[in-house]
Amino acid sequence: MARYEAVIGLEVHAQLATRSKMFCACASNLKDAPPNTTVCPVCTGHPGTLPTVNAGAVEMAIKVGLALGCKIHARSIFARKNYFYPDLPKGYQISQYESPLCTGGSVKVKTKRTDSEFPLIRIHLEEDAGKLMHDYGHPEKSHVDFNRCGVPLIEIVSGPDMRSPGEAGDYLRTLRNVLVYLGVCEGNLQEGNFRCDANISIRPVGQREFGTRAEMKNLNSFKAVERAVAYEIERQIKVVDGGGKVVQETRLWNDAAGRTESMRSKEEAHDYRYFPDPDLMPLTVDEKWIGRVRATLPELAHAKAMRFTRDYGITEADALIMTEDKRLADYFEETAACGAPPKKAANWIISELLRELKESEEGIAACPIGPEKLAELIGLIEDGTISGKTAKTIFAAMYRGEGVDIRGLIESKNLQQNTDSKIIEKHIDDAIAANPKQLEQYRSGKKAVLGFFVGQIMKATEGTANPELVNELLKRKLK
Amino acid sequence: MRELCKKGLAQLAELLKGRKISSVELTREYLAEIEERDPSINSFVTLCPEAAMEAAKAADARLARGEGATALTGVPIAIKDIFVTKGVRTTCCSRILENYVPPYDGTVVAKLKASGAVMTGKLSMDEFAMGSSNEFSAFGPVKNPWDRSLTPGGSSGGSAAAVAAGLTPVSLGTDTGGSVRQPAAFCGVVGLKPTYGRISRYGIIAFASSLDQVGPMARDVRDCAAMLGAVAGHDELDATTIPAPVPDYAASLTGDVRGKTVGVPREYFVEGIDPEVESAVRAASDVLARLGAKVIDISLPHTRYSLACYYIIAPAEASANLARYDGVRYGHGSRNAKDLDALFSDSRTEGFGPEVALRIVLGTYVLSSGYYDAYYLKARKARTLIKGDFLEAFKECDAIIAPVTPTPPFRLGEKIDDPIRMYLNDIFTIPVNLAGLPGLSMPCGVTKSALPIGMQLIGRPLEEAELLNMAYAYERATEWHTKVPVED
Ligand SMILES: [Zn+2]
Repeated sequence: MARYEAVIGLEVHAQLATRSKMFCACASNLKDAPPNTTVCPVCTGHPGTLPTVNAGAVEMAIKVGLALGCKIHARSIFARKNYFYPDLPKGYQISQYESPLCTGGSVKVKTKRTDSEFPLIRIHLEEDAGKLMHDYGHPEKSHVDFNRCGVPLIEIVSGPDMRSPGEAGDYLRTLRNVLVYLGVCEGNLQEGNFRCDANISIRPVGQREFGTRAEMKNLNSFKAVERAVAYEIERQIKVVDGGGKVVQETRLWNDAAGRTESMRSKEEAHDYRYFPDPDLMPLTVDEKWIGRVRATLPELAHAKAMRFTRDYGITEADALIMTEDKRLADYFEETAACGAPPKKAANWIISELLRELKESEEGIAACPIGPEKLAELIGLIEDGTISGKTAKTIFAAMYRGEGVDIRGLIESKNLQQNTDSKIIEKHIDDAIAANPKQLEQYRSGKKAVLGFFVGQIMKATEGTANPELVNELLKRKLK
Repeated sequence: MRELCKKGLAQLAELLKGRKISSVELTREYLAEIEERDPSINSFVTLCPEAAMEAAKAADARLARGEGATALTGVPIAIKDIFVTKGVRTTCCSRILENYVPPYDGTVVAKLKASGAVMTGKLSMDEFAMGSSNEFSAFGPVKNPWDRSLTPGGSSGGSAAAVAAGLTPVSLGTDTGGSVRQPAAFCGVVGLKPTYGRISRYGIIAFASSLDQVGPMARDVRDCAAMLGAVAGHDELDATTIPAPVPDYAASLTGDVRGKTVGVPREYFVEGIDPEVESAVRAASDVLARLGAKVIDISLPHTRYSLACYYIIAPAEASANLARYDGVRYGHGSRNAKDLDALFSDSRTEGFGPEVALRIVLGTYVLSSGYYDAYYLKARKARTLIKGDFLEAFKECDAIIAPVTPTPPFRLGEKIDDPIRMYLNDIFTIPVNLAGLPGLSMPCGVTKSALPIGMQLIGRPLEEAELLNMAYAYERATEWHTKVPVED
């Protein structure tokens, strides 16, 4: 059916979660910092300033390289990448070019969709640029915020080995999780600390040579990546089928319009005039250092999933879902550590917590219900204080900001499980009296009608009646 | 000339420590001297009298306490306008930085301040240190104190002329291809380019990062040694500085060169060298021999590639270093630009002088794709060979003696329109920068027309003490350093 095959390669820029910037002592965490307040003469490229390498950033890059099975080079070189842009204070960006810190390695993707391995070409260190701000008081003027200048980044370049938007999305999600697991990147696409460009080309199925590629920029979410890739593949097929030629160019993804748009063509492309930065010595990383970093490598997602199935007895499918996000996995382990039966905890997290989280973009970090609270809630179901249904009501209330005092919520909402058989019997009598037709059906052998009566009673007690007790009493009364 | 302005750094330090004079008094004398006599020399681009008087008062208080006084405490000094000085205009003698007031002090300036030195002002130079005659300053050329129709050399022409004219006892310059040694030779003073990495470049406006080095200038070797000691050392802010301890340079001046071997490189005495310069330098090597050193012939076979190699590497680095002057953040920004590209190009066209523009274009060219391998990469390989020559030679000798320049000082305007002839002036100094070695320039004679001639001593990496000591031995045996320009 498909006559064309897509060839997709991704370039990911991940902001390293260091305390200070790549080449100066300025704070690297810019959240809420007003424009141009986390800057110094070095990162704004004042005359006479010189860069010095942040060893912490190098360490994080090594960590990523080790986790992805890359070769860590004993000697790598910082180069100057020359171009003019108002947010690039030195007129060049310090990056690595011919001799990067890491080469090789791969991203192993294991999801419901695919179980494959995508090779990497390189991982290198570089500094970020500032950003231009428009419509900021003066419609005629542009403003520059240099806060981001010099923030450490790693660029992770994949081989051209992805064939579908789905693979691209899975690769990115897996890569992001690795970085978050390693604690080296916050992995937030919206905030731009995890950014992706995609190189896309098509070729007739069976052809070995690559087609002309276009580079996609401005991909701010996983969904955008998948949509942009899908759109671009279709666009290129249409161009070729229409007898045209794909031109090498940079294209922007317009998320609102759902299409890619040409940004600049190859003719205007830069000659970056890379050359080794004479202000920095070659970066040397010895075996000892690599060994020390290796010793700090945390357990990664897949290993953690396997351990979960082994130690907690949960299914592999559940374990894979739960380890997709390190913070979620930590949440699960803490819930179990607080005494919740692991299988129950996993069920709650996957069904209730993830559903709630899906709606908020912020992830588990913003969840108001701590693991100890979830454990407490599960405990109350276990000892029969509340029903599972009541627990869900409480959970929802806590999530929506009604506080996390579970016992207080039960009391104020009058949700204590009702085990008083006299009260339940009264409700049963009322239900039978009100529904003579159903009573007749039951007595004539339609046992399924029992469920109808249970429902009526639960409704009348607002779900607080102990369901086992209701069943037992009902059966006795209906005889 | 005022009496106090005739004295060297060591004498002044003694007078200050003995409370025979105050720093306030001394500073006032120097400021008056500069005001009176600099207009005909034009060595200062910016004076900072108020800050100087403040610093002098603070130095006097420090001297009165008798604690923590250094060889520089209370001494007025002046530095090349390439050193970034917090709150004091720093122009690099370029229109593009005409009104630039830096927000920070570089490491060398911070060290000078900490040592209690009193900065009287900033000295003229070729724009962005590109030039060998000081004629490329945006603020007019500096005149050679020995003869106002001659150039003082460049790019640290102001730093050399001010010392020679007695407007400052010591100064600092920078040397990328000979910019301290050549003007020192032209002005008859002592100038040292230390090992690359010996002094921090943090806070020095970059020309060619892999070649630039700070250099002290003084009237004699001892003062030069003291100045070096004040500013040398590893700096966390400059990744290219060497983490080696700083010796007490002044204390290592014994004047004894017995048993030392001095090499005379064949390739430095070739056609085109002025006979007066050649005979003065040869005579100097005879003096060293008389003092007990062994003088031998050596060869530095790759010397002939130095100039070509330098004029690829230096502009390449400069083209990137000067990219930051784009009119966006500081310095000159074009007022008429209609769009972004015009802002960049107009600001640079209006701000940069011809020599700087020439080198930026040259550097951009040699780094551009298609030419990189043919020029830049080849130049880097040649550089390795040139350095190898020196290291080979140092197996046989402890130091190398050579001319500083092929000729005595030339006339202002004489070479300004002929870049190749101008560039040839640095032919003996450039190899030392390419190899990262220490090189010292000092007076070794005068021409028939009474102009100074300099000689160059080149040493092993980090062996500035050895070099200074050899220079000191020569200085004690001769009187060239006592010759000063005749006042108008
Ligand atoms: Zn900074």
